[in-house]
Amino acid sequence: MDKSANSSMDVEPLTKALVDKIQQRLAAKGIADPAMVGIHTGGAWIAEKLHQALALKTPLGKLDISFYRDDFTRAGINPQVKPSTLPMNIDDKHILLVDDVLYTGRTIRAAMNELFDYGRPASITLVVLIDRNGRELPIQPDIVGAHMDLAPHEHIKLQGPAPLRLIRSNTE
Amino acid sequence: MKRDNIQLNDQGRLRHFLTIEGLSRALLTEILDTAESLTSVTEQSVKKVPLLRGRIVVNLFFEASTRTRTTFELAAKRLSADVLNIHIAGSATSKGETLLDMLANLEAMHCDMFVVRHDRSGAAHFIARHVAPHVSVINAGDGSHAHPTQAMLDMFTIRRLKGDFYPLTVAIVGDIMHSRVARSQIHALTTLGVNEVRVIGPRTLIPRDIESLGVHPYYDMKSGLQDVDVVIMLRLQNERMSGAMLPSESEYYSRYGLTEEKLSLAKPDAIVMHPGPINRGVEIASSVADGPRSVILQQVTHGIAVRMAVMSMALGNPPLRQEGTP
Repeated sequence: MDKSANSSMDVEPLTKALVDKIQQRLAAKGIADPAMVGIHTGGAWIAEKLHQALALKTPLGKLDISFYRDDFTRAGINPQVKPSTLPMNIDDKHILLVDDVLYTGRTIRAAMNELFDYGRPASITLVVLIDRNGRELPIQPDIVGAHMDLAPHEHIKLQGPAPLRLIRSNTE
Repeated sequence: MKRDNIQLNDQGRLRHFLTIEGLSRALLTEILDTAESLTSVTEQSVKKVPLLRGRIVVNLFFEASTRTRTTFELAAKRLSADVLNIHIAGSATSKGETLLDMLANLEAMHCDMFVVRHDRSGAAHFIARHVAPHVSVINAGDGSHAHPTQAMLDMFTIRRLKGDFYPLTVAIVGDIMHSRVARSQIHALTTLGVNEVRVIGPRTLIPRDIESLGVHPYYDMKSGLQDVDVVIMLRLQNERMSGAMLPSESEYYSRYGLTEEKLSLAKPDAIVMHPGPINRGVEIASSVADGPRSVILQQVTHGIAVRMAVMSMALGNPPLRQEGTP
């Protein structure tokens, strides 16, 4: 898969665009103190950048959704699973949930299930760097860095943590 | 090698957990890492993850146990499994049903995992050889053979408090002869590569060929505890020994009981462990068991995460089904 990688893209302009869009949305909704949660691994990298740029007061949370995946009985447990860390009480918080690539929607379904095992947030806003086609669940992003229309054999993946680069590859 | 080890499936992943012996350092480390991740479940307001939702775990206890059975039950429930507790003394085996008939009946009820505690060595292996392909068996202690989840929760406790294994000297004190816990600990410690494992106890309670396991025997506490990082005390198992092995409890205490005075021979930051239940004033002084260097209750807490890890790993590695969608 790696050897057929055929293009690489800088994420800096996309994260800049995300920061602007998040600020506009927070202002429009009158949300003063949101909490940001990034999904391991790529979402957490993006969330670190956004959290810093937005100077959010609530510390950044990170979710590893391995224990909430819907393919456990097929794929088993991932030995590289990281503990989730949510250093805040999420009850009644406005959550900015961040992931790198939104594809089938299954990761977001698992992440929301896990979040609700920690408490009852006031709202969840879904922020993604890339929104690609191929949804299998009725889950849509609120804030998007870029949309991409890819063929089923094409893949987009965030590589990091430094530098962060989007790698587009073709497995056909 | 993979083929011979009944504990591993054809991809070399954990299928049953019966003994530490024969498992690789990588696999033991994977258990510890998975347990570490699962500790965050305790911080959730809903202390559950859906990994084993819809699975049925049967605690099959042929021998009394409170702590082990309770932590297995709690671990299974935190993974969202349904749990059946079966006490054999009060079950149909006392009506003449054979063990294999009973297992067949439980399998017919679509149980997915048997957690087995038995007073005969090899009982869990026997059951693992006879279960259906989708069923996993976890050994919760068999005779004087093995108690692998206890050993792994001890390793988890040591790693959390001491970091790396390689510089450590660990002493296991007491009745090594009858202890399934000691045997599993020795295999785990040597596999994980600690600097030195010592066993300390009276000659009558230390097997003569113990050095073949890669440990050093000591017959008195003074030399054995010198510069030790971890002291693991074992319970004196009166129910497993005949009278001639031991003079008296009070003499045992004076020679091998862990008092503050004897503990001062170990390193100043040494930790004290015990698999429980403790016999105060027999193998350990109350002031040590309740003292600042005792991590006995942390061991109990860690037992939940370690058992969650083992259960989810064993049930998460099903036999390869026909190649379908990825």
